[in-house]
This record gives sequence, structure tokens and C-alpha cells, in this order.
Amino acid sequence: MNAKFPHIATLLFLVLLACNTETVDSYTPTPSPLEIPQLFEARILNPVIPIDNQQTKEGIALGKKLFFDPILSINNTIACANCHLPQNAFTDSNRFSNGVNQTLSKRNAMPLFNLAWNYDEKFFWDGSVFSLEHQAIQPVIDVNEMGNTWQNVEQSLNSHPEYPELFKQAFGTSKIDSTLVTKAIAQFERTLISATSKFDKFLLGLTTLTPQEQNGFNVFMDENRGDCFHCHGTENNPLWTDNLFHNNGLDSEFTDLGLGAITGDPADNGKFKTPSIRNLAFTAPYMHDGRFSTLEEVINHYSEGLKNSSTIDPLMKKIAQGGVQLTNEDKANLKAFLLTLTDFDFIKN
Amino acid sequence: MKKIIFTLLIILTVLSCTDSEETIESKNITLNFSHTWDGVPVTNADFNTFKFTTKNGEQLKIERLRYVISDVTLETSNGELIVINAHNLVDVTNNKNLTFAPTAPILTGNYNNMSFIFGFKNEKNISAAYEDLNTAIFGVPEMLGGGYHYMQLDGKFKNESDETIGYNFHAIRAVDASGDTPTFPKDTFIKVNLGPVSISDNTTFNIEMNIAEWFKNPHTWNLNQLHQTLMPNTNAQIMMFDNGQSVFNLKSIN
Ligand code: HEC
Ligand code: HEC
Repeated sequence: MNAKFPHIATLLFLVLLACNTETVDSYTPTPSPLEIPQLFEARILNPVIPIDNQQTKEGIALGKKLFFDPILSINNTIACANCHLPQNAFTDSNRFSNGVNQTLSKRNAMPLFNLAWNYDEKFFWDGSVFSLEHQAIQPVIDVNEMGNTWQNVEQSLNSHPEYPELFKQAFGTSKIDSTLVTKAIAQFERTLISATSKFDKFLLGLTTLTPQEQNGFNVFMDENRGDCFHCHGTENNPLWTDNLFHNNGLDSEFTDLGLGAITGDPADNGKFKTPSIRNLAFTAPYMHDGRFSTLEEVINHYSEGLKNSSTIDPLMKKIAQGGVQLTNEDKANLKAFLLTLTDFDFIKN
Repeated sequence: MKKIIFTLLIILTVLSCTDSEETIESKNITLNFSHTWDGVPVTNADFNTFKFTTKNGEQLKIERLRYVISDVTLETSNGELIVINAHNLVDVTNNKNLTFAPTAPILTGNYNNMSFIFGFKNEKNISAAYEDLNTAIFGVPEMLGGGYHYMQLDGKFKNESDETIGYNFHAIRAVDASGDTPTFPKDTFIKVNLGPVSISDNTTFNIEMNIAEWFKNPHTWNLNQLHQTLMPNTNAQIMMFDNGQSVFNLKSIN
């Protein structure tokens, strides 16, 4: 054992030397690892951070600036943040969102938080895009969103008075391309972490639930009543989604095939990604097409509005009667519980 | 510079290796899980179509199947138990973890028995304890005693009136939740004995689950009566435990 110490000392010394020589080059961005909330750290697997896009202070700041800057759109009018507003937990309050051409998006905009914990990295309601970096390519060129071309974006950013320097600080090069733009945006998006709702504080022993909220949680967890937990999770998964795709019985015929259009498998028709039930107070309207404007409508859907189809999830019960028919009291309690997942700190982002 | 560090590293690694592991031979074991319906192979490609018929006569399709196995154990010839303290979530739906290779080398030799637990022993069935299972949303509500599911088998069957109905064949620790606090009338994790094994090299055990057995023996399962909300149903859980005794088989070793 002892014989190894000199080697280790030599090794450490060499490593230090090696590190020193590399700092000669300027523009080394400052690492800024995600601050993982206590409950996330304790209960679920680590977030997904691509090896070739580590979080840095400069990268995150640049991503944030880009996210709020309409320069990415064809006519300089629409930023990511137009449809993903901080006060709405980074979605908007419209059923469909207005893009540069005054046309509407096909689906309801999605809130953005805890995205680094989407382990399979399938984004959008239908999971059609892999990774946050690739996702950010789409809105820029989507005619219903920013209607631009990447060539155009690269040109405007490269000739901008500030951006080339900011990219240099973040990535060591002032030659801006779509890869670096989307890397920066993804870094910023990964910092959007929601973990300080009332329910989180309750789990950490910092506050208590009202009897109504506690009863609502019981409805959520009860296989006989809500049975919501099999998809939206339990108190031991702070994400409140399985990030998987299900048909929760919205339609018997599908105008939007969802996952099925991506996989080509009819067994996937009508399946959409389970949304997190965090921050529902800010994210109305609900579902992939924003068909429900209130939580009452959502709860009524699960209770008595289910529509049968061959791909409806087997967890949906008593479909012939429309659902499990929750009592009015159960419904009110369930809503009260759902609202305990509202994170008022998060919308100050 | 890098080359020197690399060489040093290698030397260090070699040095530290040769310190202790000269005389003892240890090999890796791997458990492979495959699935059939009475001998007909089942993979996720067979999901979502009515392909299977239960002993009771219900046509059924599978939409999800995942289960946890834990505590792979070897019993030495003098009765000593070598327990591999790890679990694996076999996720047939997504074709994940069908192969389980615990990072616990096993000494070569003959063993009286090899076994694993379907689900978790009670003392290891601890709420929130396992990050992978929390992430996969495999937990059991505290009102039903907490801990984890042993298995989730979900799909649809055709009932007596030929209507298509969902089923949730979820196996958990049998619980009586009728009182103020849950009580546990009977243990329902299953110890699966694979029999005597001999380990002389890295060894793979091919284990097969016959899904049809869950609905067969000794209880002929009637899905018309027992298809959903089976978690709080103490009797249904005990019946699953009974039927589960014969679902696993060691098919081959290589
Ligand atoms: C015109 C409105 C609009 C604009 C502008 C917009 N988005 Fe979106 N965003 C949406 C809609 C609608 C969806 C859901 C689309 C779908 O699933 O088909 C979405 C989905 C997403 C998702 C997927 C989230 C998840 O959980 O899967 C991310 C990430 C995202 N947007 C980021 C961005 C970024 C980054 C920008 C700017 C580069 C941007 N959006 C610009 C409307 C918009
Ligand atoms: C089988 C899985 C599953 C179960 C069980 C389930 N949900 Fe959902 N939930 C989903 C999916 C999938 C969506 C999105 C569906 C869509 O838009 O097409 C959704 C959407 C929602 C939304 C809308 C969120 C948003 O941002 O648009 C709420 C709220 C919700 N569910 C609450 C519940 C409640 C409460 C229960 C129990 C009564 C429940 N869910 C049971 C899968 C499920």
C-alpha cells in the first residue's frame, strides 16, 4: 500500500501541471453545474446533461438572452418567451399560440421545467424530437412559430454587435451556428427547475397540508378513485410525470394521432406525453389541444367523460360509464391537492 | 504529457490489481429473462393485439409488462448463503433490463441452490429507497403499505358480453387496508428456486416467465371478476402469489 503513495503524489503533481498549462487559452467558460433540489437528489436518478454541452455560466446567460430575443424570428417579433412566458411556468395562456404569420400552432404550448429529468429525452407532445438541443432547432423554422431559416438566424447573429463576443465567452468561438445557438438555449432550459411548491415543502417537513389537500392526495393515490399516480407519479417522484405516452381517453376518434404518427404503429394512436401536474395554476388551458380551460373540466373528464378507443390506457376504468364517478367532495379535494404543486418561486425565474 | 499520465495510470492500476487477487477465481453471472405464453415466445412485438387466451377462456392482449426481481442468492454446499444485494426492473414493454448482470463476482464451484426473489423481501420493500424505481413510478401508495410494485401487467380482455375491458394485474405485498393502518396478512413476494448450479466460468442463466401461468394454477383466474383495482384486494394478491409459484423456469445455462 505505502509503496503507492509516491506514485499518487507524482500523478497528482502531473495532473496539476497539465491543468495549469491548459488555462493559457482565454475564454474558458465557468462551469455552472445544475443545482439539484434536495428531493430530486434523494429520490430520482440524475438529470441528463450531454457530455458535449456542459452547463456554464456564460452558456446559460447566453441561452437566456436568446430565449427572450425576437431576433430568432423572421420579422423580429416573436421570441421563444412569447409562447413560453415565465409567469405561466413557461407556457402561455392560449389554447393555440400565435406565430409570426398570424397562424396558430397545431397544439397547446407546453410549460418548460425540469426538462433535464426527461430521461428518454423525447420532447413535444408526441415525443417526436430527441434531446433539448435538437428541439430548439424546430420553433425557429416552424412556419406557425418563428418562420425563419437557420441561415438567416446565423447571419443576423453573426452581424450583431453583441452576440459574437457572447458566443466567444460561452463556447470559445465567435463563429455562430445553429449548433451553438441550440446548445446555449438548452443550457438555459435545463436551469428551469421547479421544486419549491407547497407540497415539496410539506415533504421536507416545512409545512403542513390542510385536511382537504391531504384528502385530495388520497383520492389521487387511491386505485378505487382517482388512481392518477400510476402515470403522474407518487410523492417519491418529484417530477409528477412518467414522461411516457398514454391515451387518457379524450377521444374515440383521433384528429391528431400523436405518438402514432411518429412511430407509425396504430397501437400508439391517440397517445401523448403525460404532462407534469406541477404548476397547473399557471398552465391552463390543459391537454395537448388545450381543450379544457379549468381543472374542474379535467377532473370531470377523468371522472365521467372518458371516451373509449382501442388504444385507451388500461388504467382507465369504467369507461362505459365514462369513468369512476368521483363524488363532488372527492373532486374538490383532488383539485385542492393538485394546486399544492403550484410553485410560486418558479415563476419569478 | 498525457502519455506519461496514461502510462503511470496503467502502472498504478496493474500494481493495485496484483496486490490481492491471485489465488481466488471469481466469475460473473448473468440472468436473462424471456417470456412465453404457454411456450409461445412473447416480446413487446406481441403486445397490443388479442393473441392470448387465459385458462378461463378470456381473450386478452398485453400492453405493459414490467416486474422487479431482487436478492439473487447462491447457497453453498455447507449451507452458507451468498446474497447479491441488488434488484432489477425487467421492463418488457420497452425491452429494457431483460438481462441482469449484477456486479458481484461469484466464486467458482458447486452450489446447492440458486434463487431470486420476485418482488422484494419485506425488509427490502422500503418506500422511496430505490432511485431507479421511484423514477420509473413503481411505488405503492402508503395507504396500501408503501414499498414497491412487484409487477405491473396491464392490457385489455374481452368480457362475457364481448366488450373490451382494461385489466391491471398489479402484484404487490398483500395488504389489508380496511383499518386505520395497513396490516399484512401474508407475504406475497415469491422465492424462485432455480435448483443446484455449478459455476466454473462466466455463466448465463436463461430464465423464462410463462405469463399464462399467472391465470392458471392453482387458481383459474376469472378476469370478468378480477380485472381492476386488485392492489387493495387482499385475496387477489394472495391468489397471484399462489399462481406465481409456477411462472418462472430455468430453461438453460450457458
Ligand atoms: C408560436 C409559439 C411558440 C414559440 C415561438 C416557441 N414555442 Fe416551444 N412550443 C410551442 C408549442 C405549441 C409546443 C408543443 C408542440 C407540439 O408538441 O407539437 C412547444 C413545445 C416546446 C418544447 C417541448 C417541451 C416538452 O416538454 O416536450 C420545448 C423544449 C420548447 N417548446 C422550447 C421552445 C424554444 C427553445 C423556443 C424558441 C427557440 C420555442 N419553444 C418557441 C410553442 C412555441
Ligand atoms: C394512463 C395514464 C394517466 C392517468 C392514470 C392519469 N393521467 Fe392525467 N394525463 C395523462 C396524459 C397522457 C395526459 C395528456 C393527454 C393529452 O393531452 O392528450 C394527461 C393530462 C392531464 C392533465 C393536464 C395537464 C396539462 O398540463 O395539460 C391533468 C391536470 C391531469 N392529467 C390530471 C390527472 C388526474 C387528476 C388524474 C387522476 C384522476 C390523471 N391525470 C390520471 C395520463 C394520465
